[in-house]
Order: sequence, then C-alpha cells, then structure tokens
Amino acid sequence: MKIGVVISEGPYTHQAADTAYHFVKSALAKGHEVPRVFFYHDGVNVSTRLSIPPQDERHIQKNWSALAAEHGVDLVVCIAAAQRRGLLDENEATRQGKDANNIAEGFRISGLGQLIEMGIQTDRLVMFGD
Amino acid sequence: MSTLHTVNKSPFATRDLQSCLDHCRDGDAVLMIEDGVYGALAGTAVSDAVSARAGALKIYVLTPDVNARGLPEARLSDVVTGVDYDGFVDLVTSHDRTQAWL
Repeated sequence: MKIGVVISEGPYTHQAADTAYHFVKSALAKGHEVPRVFFYHDGVNVSTRLSIPPQDERHIQKNWSALAAEHGVDLVVCIAAAQRRGLLDENEATRQGKDANNIAEGFRISGLGQLIEMGIQTDRLVMFGD
Repeated sequence: MSTLHTVNKSPFATRDLQSCLDHCRDGDAVLMIEDGVYGALAGTAVSDAVSARAGALKIYVLTPDVNARGLPEARLSDVVTGVDYDGFVDLVTSHDRTQAWL
C-alpha cells in the first residue's frame, strides 16, 4: 500500500518527527511504499543541515536523510513555511539575495501542490504534529 | 468505512481524547500515541469514559511510548490493546483513513 506522511512539528519539541520516523521505517520494512514525506509548519525545521545534537543523541535530520538515500523517500519542505523560518536551498538563497543556504541532503523545497499530489497518489495519509 | 483516530496528547492536559471518543463512529479505532498513552491507564479520571466506548470502538496504545514513560503495563486498562510500530502500520492500512487529533 502507498502511505503518505505529513510532519507539522519541529524536531526535539515533542515527538512528531520521531514517531513519524519509526512509523515510516516500519512501513517500509513491511513492504509498503512511502513515496513522500511532507514537512509543513514547524516541521520544516527538521531539514536544516546545521543541527548539531549531542553525539550520543539521535540526529533527527540525518535519520531522515539516510532514509531518503536508502529508500528513495521524497522529503519535501513547504516553501512558505521554510522561508519564514530561514530555511533555504541554493536556488532560494540566490533568488532572495541571501549569503548562505542550509537544506540537508535528501530534502527539497517545494510547494503545497506536492502535499495535494501526495494525498491523491497515496492510499493513506498519516499526519504527525503537535 | 472505518477510521483510525490517533490521539497524541495527555487527557490530563487537553480534551482531545474526550472529543475523539465523542466524535468517533462505532467500528472506528483509537490509537493513543506519545503523551496520549496516559489515556490508557486504569483508575484515572478518564478511564471510565474510555471503558464506556470500548464496546463500540477498538482502543489501542503504542507500547513503545508506554515504555518510554516508565508506565507499568499492569497499570493499563483492560480495554486497551498494546501495539508496536508494525501494529501501528497495520492499523493504518486496515482502516480506510487516519484522523490525527492534533
């Protein structure tokens, strides 16, 4: 079955990004497809590659990037939510005249159309948030 | 057509669990996750409300989140069934849709 996932809460806040991660890992291990995870609202903060949690702690961004690399999960970051919170990829940094970018490997910035498309193309949509 | 409802807030902090139980249709399932697992405890201010709906609804709790909070499984209500993440995935696929009570 195809399962789409939305995360709308930031990392290290409560548990949404962690619960979603364990859920997606289980779904993939059971043979389901998770074509896309959509990061919305504060959830976009998961995508910064500048996060440095203590070494003996889980690294939420790296966990997701690894899952994307291993299973081809499309990690989409909402552009409007990202711009408000200072999350930019190379293109956006150039377009907005900013001197840096911070989006991690495996994540890409796009729009709400990707959320709608995921809702249409998957059999189930599961939301994790605050 | 049945719905899986996920509740991730403690019933002692918000009324999400109560709203969920009130809005669920018979035959739906409720899964308590994250701080929502406190709703699965027996002998609390909300346990009667949970038990009262347990005939018409299936009530589940995410066991890893119960364990993460140090709650002894012996303290969980008899009407609640524990599941792991694989069980969570099975609940999502075996119901027609999922509604998160955020």
